[in-house]
Amino acid sequence: MKTISRRNVLGTAAVGAAAATLPARPARAAGKSLTIGVCSDFSGTYSDVGGNTSVACVQQALEDFGAANKGYDVTIIKGDHQNKPDIGAGLARQWFDSGVDLLIDVPNSAVGLAIAGVAAEKNKAYINSNAATSKLTGSACNAQTIHWTYDTYMLSHSTGGAMVANGGKSWFFITANYAFGQLLRDQTEAVVKGAGGTVVGDVDYPFPQTTDFSSFLVQAQSSGAQVLGLANAGKDTVNSIKQAHQFGITQSGMKIAGLLIFINDVHGIGLDIAQGLVLTESFYWNMNDQTRAFTKRLLPKTPNNYPSMGQAGCYSGALHFMKAVDAIGVPAASSGAAVVEQMKKMPTDDDAFGKRYVREDGRFMCPSYLFQVKKPGESSISWDYYTLLHTTPAEKTFAPLATEGCPLVKA
Amino acid sequence: MFMIFGKPAPLLFGQLLLGIINGSFYAMLSMGLAIIFGLLKIINFAHGAMFMIGAFVTWGLLNYLGINFWFALVLSPVIVGGLGLVLERTVIQRIYKLDILYGLLLTFGIAQVLQGVMTNYYGSSGVSYNAPDLLSGVLNLGFMYLPVYRGFVIFAAVIICGVTWFLIERTKLGALLRAATENPALVQSFGVNVPRLIALTFAGGVGLAALAGVLAAPLYSVNPDMGSELINTVFAVVVIGGMGSIGGAILTGFALGIIEGFTDVFYPPGSAVVVFVVMAIVLLARPAGLFGKLA
Repeated sequence: MKTISRRNVLGTAAVGAAAATLPARPARAAGKSLTIGVCSDFSGTYSDVGGNTSVACVQQALEDFGAANKGYDVTIIKGDHQNKPDIGAGLARQWFDSGVDLLIDVPNSAVGLAIAGVAAEKNKAYINSNAATSKLTGSACNAQTIHWTYDTYMLSHSTGGAMVANGGKSWFFITANYAFGQLLRDQTEAVVKGAGGTVVGDVDYPFPQTTDFSSFLVQAQSSGAQVLGLANAGKDTVNSIKQAHQFGITQSGMKIAGLLIFINDVHGIGLDIAQGLVLTESFYWNMNDQTRAFTKRLLPKTPNNYPSMGQAGCYSGALHFMKAVDAIGVPAASSGAAVVEQMKKMPTDDDAFGKRYVREDGRFMCPSYLFQVKKPGESSISWDYYTLLHTTPAEKTFAPLATEGCPLVKA
Repeated sequence: MFMIFGKPAPLLFGQLLLGIINGSFYAMLSMGLAIIFGLLKIINFAHGAMFMIGAFVTWGLLNYLGINFWFALVLSPVIVGGLGLVLERTVIQRIYKLDILYGLLLTFGIAQVLQGVMTNYYGSSGVSYNAPDLLSGVLNLGFMYLPVYRGFVIFAAVIICGVTWFLIERTKLGALLRAATENPALVQSFGVNVPRLIALTFAGGVGLAALAGVLAAPLYSVNPDMGSELINTVFAVVVIGGMGSIGGAILTGFALGIIEGFTDVFYPPGSAVVVFVVMAIVLLARPAGLFGKLA
């Protein structure tokens, strides 16, 4: 008879926990089985713009593709990178080793860049939909990585360019002091200066432990700049905008350029404070009949959170991945480079982004939209927050191929 | 423009005021910690979570029951104090006889559970709470615009700290509390119910954290991490002031808020570490803290 000791129980529990993180893997030869891993922030600053809504978007992509009807057996697993590059890279390595065919989402530029390296090393497909850094298609680009949805070049040129064009010539930046914030600030600064504007001041605040922005806001106010540029994201942006309102910054005529604002942030800030903000997204659920139809199908899976551009990008990316796998067959798709090459050959077509394509450096090419946040009275239905001001075509939205320094692109 | 150290004077006055506002929260939170540590010898790592729950209760009172800020100012500390009472009676009192580190681990675990539960229900971006209409304006002080609500926070914090200090240091109840921690058996022999006294002290300490949470709700976004972000700084404040010294905690809280405010002007990236630099220096010079007595 086997006695149950504490050690036995602990041992069994440990094996059980390890098994739970590994995808169940029926023999590949027997059927068309695939595993998609959603690596995101499920508990921190960026969990509302990625997290479970991203998982729901991948599920939606499988349904719209008709995976089950076409005989595919697709498992979705999810993992929390906790905004730490080492945890994200470790998770990616473990997933790829245990047979994950596609890793998707990954908000946070530092984590996003770390995983790009792992994907190349393991030759597995990686779609980043939620990190901003344009280095993913620049110096850090590789044959396994596609950067979907948006990047710092798009944000700085669209929002920054529009603010300068409307007379906002002098800028003061409040910057999250890490890879993403600095890059976004530098690129926006270049846009502002290129258009004849000036930068009168800049504060780099410690990330991620800052919640009180009041002293930076008072410095911005006393600088006399016309535009306050926020080179941050997520909860930090929400806090800075709310506090700017408390200090009467917007009321005194200073304009706020939120360089990365998602619809989920606008929801958190509330229209009474967010009204009038100018921002850039490449997807808005209430844009046209297709986007509304997509959102209507998706909402039962994520009733309290409408999709932002990054989450919609997970839908669009996963759908396109499935089409590419279908074209080259499951065995060939175990090579990340092969399936990504196929994704670059085929045009994309989905309800969220329409008919687009993936450029040779791994850049998903879509237009960007400059939006203004509506006044409370103008919003008729829930999450009806944006008015479209301007559309930038895809070729102008992202950096020209030649200027990026991506090693994949031949001169 | 009048300059000090190469910075415009109005900017520095503004920072001084903002530093005092942040210091208000440090003072209120570190005072509760100092009371609990001084009287119960528990390093209460759940203090930040209680602050966070206080803010969420305030939000919940308004959104589910329509109870406004002014009533929440009283109700929320009472509700969270009640939660503290339950925790003390069911869990915390069991570890009084153990090493002090067990209390730290236990309360840290409680904080993690509370944070996890709130993240599960409300997401990590949290919810927003507006200042009451009466306090929603902006005052033009000449050198800066001061939101009326922030002015109110300073006023409220000074009163709360003053009253608490007076209760503990200058009243019979306070004397009883201090005696009960020095020698529980002796005080018990005078017919005082010491366990009940200690439980109520714990409830009072976390009630203070909740009160700070109510005041913080309109200032910061109400989110599950708001306490854990603050608690490390607040512990540094308690250590600098001297573990268990209530007056020390209050003074150090305000002083460090001001130091942090000036760091924001002269070297913004350093504002997150300056408190810990001060802590290291103080511990080297006075290991028991500025106002603490060596045991």
